[in-house]
Amino acid sequence: MTDQAYNFAYLDEQTKRMLRRALLKALAVPGYQVPFASREMPMPYGWGTGGVQVTAACLTPVDRLKVIDQGADDTTNAVSIRRFFQRTSGVAVTEATAEATIIQTRHRIPEQPLSEGQILVYQVPIPEPLRFLEPRETETRKMHELEEYGLMHVKLYEDIARHGEVSTAYAYPVKVEGRYVMDPSPIPKFDNPKLNDSPAIQLFGAGRECRIYALPPFTKVVSLDFDDHPFQASKAEHNCDLCGCGTSYLDEVITDDQGSRMFVCSDTDFCATRQAEGHRGRLSPEAA
Amino acid sequence: MYVAVKGGERAIDAAHAWLAEERRGDLAIAELSIAQIREQLALAVNRVMAEGSLYDPDLAALAIKQARGDLIEAVFLIRAYRTTLPRFTASTPVDTASMTVDRRVSATFKDLPGGQILGPTFDYTHRLLDFALMAEGEAPAAPRSPAIGEAVPHVTELLDQDGLIEAEPFSDLTPRDLTREPLELPADRALRLQALARADEGFTLALAYSTQRGYGRTHAFVGELRIGRVAVEVELPELGFAVEIGEIELTECESVNQFKGSKIEPPQFTRGYGLVLGQSERKSISMSLVDRALRWKELGEDNIGAPAQDEEFVLSHCDNIQATGFLEHIKLPHYVDFQAELELVRRLRAEAIAAQKPEDAA
Amino acid sequence: MVMMERQLSAQAAAPLLSVQGLSRYYGARIGCKDVSFDLYPGEVMGIVGESGSGKSTLLSCLAGHQRPDAGGLSYNGVDVLALSEAERRRLLRSDWAYVHQNPRDGLRMGVSAGGNVGERLMAVGARHYGQIRDTATDWLGRVEIAAERIDDRPSAFSGGMQQRLQIARNLVTAPKLVFMDEPTGGLDVSVQARLLDLLRGLVRDLGLSVVIVTHDLAVVRLLADRLMVMKSGHVVEAGLTDQVLDDPQHAYTQLLVSSVLQV
Repeated sequence: MTDQAYNFAYLDEQTKRMLRRALLKALAVPGYQVPFASREMPMPYGWGTGGVQVTAACLTPVDRLKVIDQGADDTTNAVSIRRFFQRTSGVAVTEATAEATIIQTRHRIPEQPLSEGQILVYQVPIPEPLRFLEPRETETRKMHELEEYGLMHVKLYEDIARHGEVSTAYAYPVKVEGRYVMDPSPIPKFDNPKLNDSPAIQLFGAGRECRIYALPPFTKVVSLDFDDHPFQASKAEHNCDLCGCGTSYLDEVITDDQGSRMFVCSDTDFCATRQAEGHRGRLSPEAA
Repeated sequence: MYVAVKGGERAIDAAHAWLAEERRGDLAIAELSIAQIREQLALAVNRVMAEGSLYDPDLAALAIKQARGDLIEAVFLIRAYRTTLPRFTASTPVDTASMTVDRRVSATFKDLPGGQILGPTFDYTHRLLDFALMAEGEAPAAPRSPAIGEAVPHVTELLDQDGLIEAEPFSDLTPRDLTREPLELPADRALRLQALARADEGFTLALAYSTQRGYGRTHAFVGELRIGRVAVEVELPELGFAVEIGEIELTECESVNQFKGSKIEPPQFTRGYGLVLGQSERKSISMSLVDRALRWKELGEDNIGAPAQDEEFVLSHCDNIQATGFLEHIKLPHYVDFQAELELVRRLRAEAIAAQKPEDAA
Repeated sequence: MVMMERQLSAQAAAPLLSVQGLSRYYGARIGCKDVSFDLYPGEVMGIVGESGSGKSTLLSCLAGHQRPDAGGLSYNGVDVLALSEAERRRLLRSDWAYVHQNPRDGLRMGVSAGGNVGERLMAVGARHYGQIRDTATDWLGRVEIAAERIDDRPSAFSGGMQQRLQIARNLVTAPKLVFMDEPTGGLDVSVQARLLDLLRGLVRDLGLSVVIVTHDLAVVRLLADRLMVMKSGHVVEAGLTDQVLDDPQHAYTQLLVSSVLQV
């Protein structure tokens, strides 16, 4: 089999056109879920087919692509998707956040602030923020249409009544430009503030559910909360054990069967850059 | 002139002969051997073993060959054969913690003791048809490295050390045996797991998927998925200790589900469990999600009326041999019943039409 | 809605709800036919009749759960049937309320009592947890539910408590018009009496306008200012409650009244 059998970035141009129309509509109505005719892709549903289709529709031969999963460039699914685009489009790839023109991500927003001209593509499993309050699509679409979001706040109220705080740690719902309630994909709520007023274009693709939505640059994105229980971005109360950073989102790694743990930046490019700049953590090779 | 239909016996014999011919296909093409099926269609063999509840790759391969690749038909053959086997003894519980793993992944930790081992997985293959296989290309040998020999503890055990996951109370009770006793409801968890272990993969998958989409959501992560071989041991009364009699391949999935808890009760993760014969990854993950959804009552959750929460619905419909038999029986002759209905409908129609007539006239 | 407010100030003395020739059919069968009445602010209208008389069909047409096949319906001078779905739903969660016969139909059984009462507040924009909780606590008190039950789910409540909770959930946003469908229906007699007492107090204190459907004449005797008697989809008699009950004119009303033990 030869790769020339496929069009640039796998999808044919008609499909890309359909995707671009959906993307433009999504950008014109921020936070609104635009239905699109999702295609069968050569990876399974739930593994980023939505993100891959959005990336394929945006990719040009001069782009530089970065793919992360859980913040890391070297996780298996990130490697797989990056290879897929290398193979089908031949574009340049990079791990450096600042150098990338398109970043496809699953579950994280890079630590380094994005800049104008960059596109962040999110893989989305369940695009509907109201889905777990109301399973029926016909009803949730009506709730969005009529801005009936009282139920969403009932959920937050119940969390506080039960746990003393909102017990949603990821996929924390946001309101976009005072209109649509949106699921930011399963990013930790630590990342929610980065959604707001970002200079980059943020695109969200849900392949299995056939939905695309978007945040154009400099969009106002507010995490839902109560006046007296304001939203708080949270993370593990540690510094990175490799680069010492105290403000980045951390992964917990179990290091032996006694349950010993270490904490490391989930954003591998960010951590490696800091280490190269001489920052050290508790378990850095030199420090140990 | 009308002749009453007879000769059922001859028809059946002829049908069977035709079936055998169709099964063999074009005689100019080499016949499949059982060994070929066992080695090259191993995942089909695994599914037939799992749903047939009989661990014997050669018999499963034979069933697949005989069933012309219809896997439910093959499961049926295995179940029917299984009925004829005498039961000598029951093994001691297999210890999956000491499994020789081919594959072991956790979605909840980036790294962990024993490591993430991808094993022979489709996960990161791009689903592009490999036309080289059409040309009968030989696969290149996979690189090898020596086993690390490190212990591979269960992820749930690690979470358990910190009290982060619900404790699983030890029980020495002999579970009820679905293959020897009729299903009685309500079922305890052991019985539910037993039924799910041999349940139809497609049905289990669809139910698990429905929970992910909000019909009985359990917020599941794959805490750990492991595939490998475990020793099977039996206690011999004459010896007074257990002896290893062989190995079987198993797939185990432990899902870690979002916490319950309240103001007074500290939150904890909860568990779903799947264990399936052979390498049957999709099935074991599905099983663990359905198991977890069925535990709503015990964990104090709401029954939102989702299919996956309904024990009776799930257990009564998960067996594909029961299902396919009953479904397909409606193609058997029913003309005696049908004749009765036919006459009834004719009579009712005649009455209704007669009743309408005077109005039409008026 | 702006248009509605403007008209509201212009027509303070006008009826709150005006029904003209309302009809609803189920195929060839009549649900209710040619029903007309006006409801004025602060007034309680009782609709009585046996099962199948069309009273529930009428109520669901008035509350917007079903669309009438003919006739007009205006609220504060606004044609309700011409409202868009969004406007209609906004009306349902602000100005109007609906108390179901079965509290399970009107409550979220998986949500705490406080959340049930708070939902309508949040639906109209309340975003202060403490204030929502205080209001909910206050309302639980007004319907005689102990404050410490605020985090319990309705499934842990008795039938009478569930019904009182449903009433609190409906009245918390101070609606102007409340529809009630057999609100004492499924309850024990002693529980019914207590609930009726509570309802009467709330209706008076809040100056609510109410349309209440029931087959129980004792309920309308206690609550309703005016009465409509329905039979086979038609209104057969209407008037002041005491007048209709003490001096029924229509044969059917006479039958209804005489079939109840006089207390």
